[in-house]
Amino acid sequence: MSARRDTNAGGGWLGLYVLGYLVFLYLPVLLIPLFSFNNSIQAAFPLQGFTLDWYRTLYGNPALSGALANSLVIGVIAASGATLCGITVSYMDLYGRSPLAAAISAIARLPILIPGVIVGISLLILVNLIGLGPSRISIVLGHILVALPTTVVVMRSRFAAIPKTIREAALDLGASDWTTFRRVMLPLSAPAVLSAFMLSFLISFDEFIVVFFLAGTEPTLPLYIWSQLRFPRSLPTVMALGTVILTVSFIIAGTAEILRHRGVGVAGRNPA
Amino acid sequence: MGSSMSSTIVAARPLPENRISPVFRFAMLLPGGLVTFFLILFALGLVVFLAFRGNDGSLLGAGLTAENFLTVATDPLYWTVTLRSLVIAGLVTLATVVTAYPVAYYLAFHAGRRRNLLLFLVTLPFWTSYLLRVFAWKIVLAYNGVLNSAFIETGLWSQPTLAFLNTPAAVVVTLAHAYAPFAILPIYVALDTIPKSLLEAASDLGARPFTSFRRVVLPNSMPGVLAAALVVFVPTVGDYVTPAMVGGPASTMIGTLIQSQFGKANDWPFGAALSVCVMLVILCVVLVARGADRRFGSRT
Repeated sequence: MSARRDTNAGGGWLGLYVLGYLVFLYLPVLLIPLFSFNNSIQAAFPLQGFTLDWYRTLYGNPALSGALANSLVIGVIAASGATLCGITVSYMDLYGRSPLAAAISAIARLPILIPGVIVGISLLILVNLIGLGPSRISIVLGHILVALPTTVVVMRSRFAAIPKTIREAALDLGASDWTTFRRVMLPLSAPAVLSAFMLSFLISFDEFIVVFFLAGTEPTLPLYIWSQLRFPRSLPTVMALGTVILTVSFIIAGTAEILRHRGVGVAGRNPA
Repeated sequence: MGSSMSSTIVAARPLPENRISPVFRFAMLLPGGLVTFFLILFALGLVVFLAFRGNDGSLLGAGLTAENFLTVATDPLYWTVTLRSLVIAGLVTLATVVTAYPVAYYLAFHAGRRRNLLLFLVTLPFWTSYLLRVFAWKIVLAYNGVLNSAFIETGLWSQPTLAFLNTPAAVVVTLAHAYAPFAILPIYVALDTIPKSLLEAASDLGARPFTSFRRVVLPNSMPGVLAAALVVFVPTVGDYVTPAMVGGPASTMIGTLIQSQFGKANDWPFGAALSVCVMLVILCVVLVARGADRRFGSRT
């Protein structure tokens, strides 16, 4: 009884600490939306009054809309590629029963242990060697690589949570490997597939460190922001754009998290 | 009980896994195989190869030489920058892990019904733009920025100070903030998987809460702490964006040097050699972490 009271008291202080930690985590980021509505070219107190002017400067900017279109197209293609790889790599890792499949799965998670700058320059050498050069296709390849560890981890934990007996039942009833995969295992993992796709889209959409080396003449949104940071006059525009990006990221990440939790719920009911 | 029974029955017959068709296996291994062998292993191999070449302006350099590595080893500039990168990344890792641990502890043992919401709030910044998170610190620390103007507004200072921006301290704070969400999840998972019976045994045997934390919880959570340290250390040691944004010339890191070799300096073989050195440093750190993980009885 007394031990329990002790832990609750500790929990109270810890709760305050967690609250402070969350403030530290969110406060600097939330300054971007705050100052994006501020009627001043500088991000400084006191606030100078409310304005939507900076958001208006986002409209009718061909460089910006070009970068946005690039980011969207690259994000969707890279996310599709990374999700496809994540599904197949983790499925074969769990059920392929081959050292090659296990090795591929291990290597696919290796980019976690390589700093982005080295991923960037290694791909820069590679795309120059095969004649692609810095281009949108090169960016797609780079983003598949950057998103791959995430999709593998998400899909692997989802496949592992599906009871083994379900797959074995399908195979015993005469379903081929392909039918078992497509009609049984894939539908059971649908929320995780969607979650992996959304998360890898976000990774690509926000990625800067690798894309810096791989972009040709057509920048993505983060590169556009980087190029604007040199001009103090465009600071408020960057903050307005940043606010839009943050909002979209929060919505997509939130939906992906909910989808993943839905997956966990199913797994919890059928412990494998 | 039911699952153990069914698994013995399955084990008694040939497993269906043994009948995977070669076509299915090939098709399923193809996308991942292409990406991992071509984009990861081959590309990294190219970096190692290029590191032993001389710079003659062509894509893959010329000759076979260890000169790049000799330059790295003998020029004190590279020792200074490497040491600075290690110190900055080490401080960031320490700060992130130490501040994240209590949050992970709260999530694992005290959060109750709020756990999922808190986990969500803690991981959400992970999915927002790294560039924007760094940019936020630039406007916080700038000369006519948020912090200076807030201090003057509240009357604490009369003059804005230049002391925030363009310092190694700014790099440490910004990186620690940018990579904070990385550290919480591995520690939380390690804490959450500690069997509750261990904690009950400790308190039944008369351990006070702090003793039980020091002797049971902390050692059992070390695999998570090490994993967290690794996922923070690796991206920070090679970072070049934060030093460029908030660090100034006194905060040049090894990632900055690599980036400039592939940009303005245009000496790709030398940049490749620097990259190989960074990868060797990371390999050492990984091996040390592995060794420590074994000592604490890895559960991963």
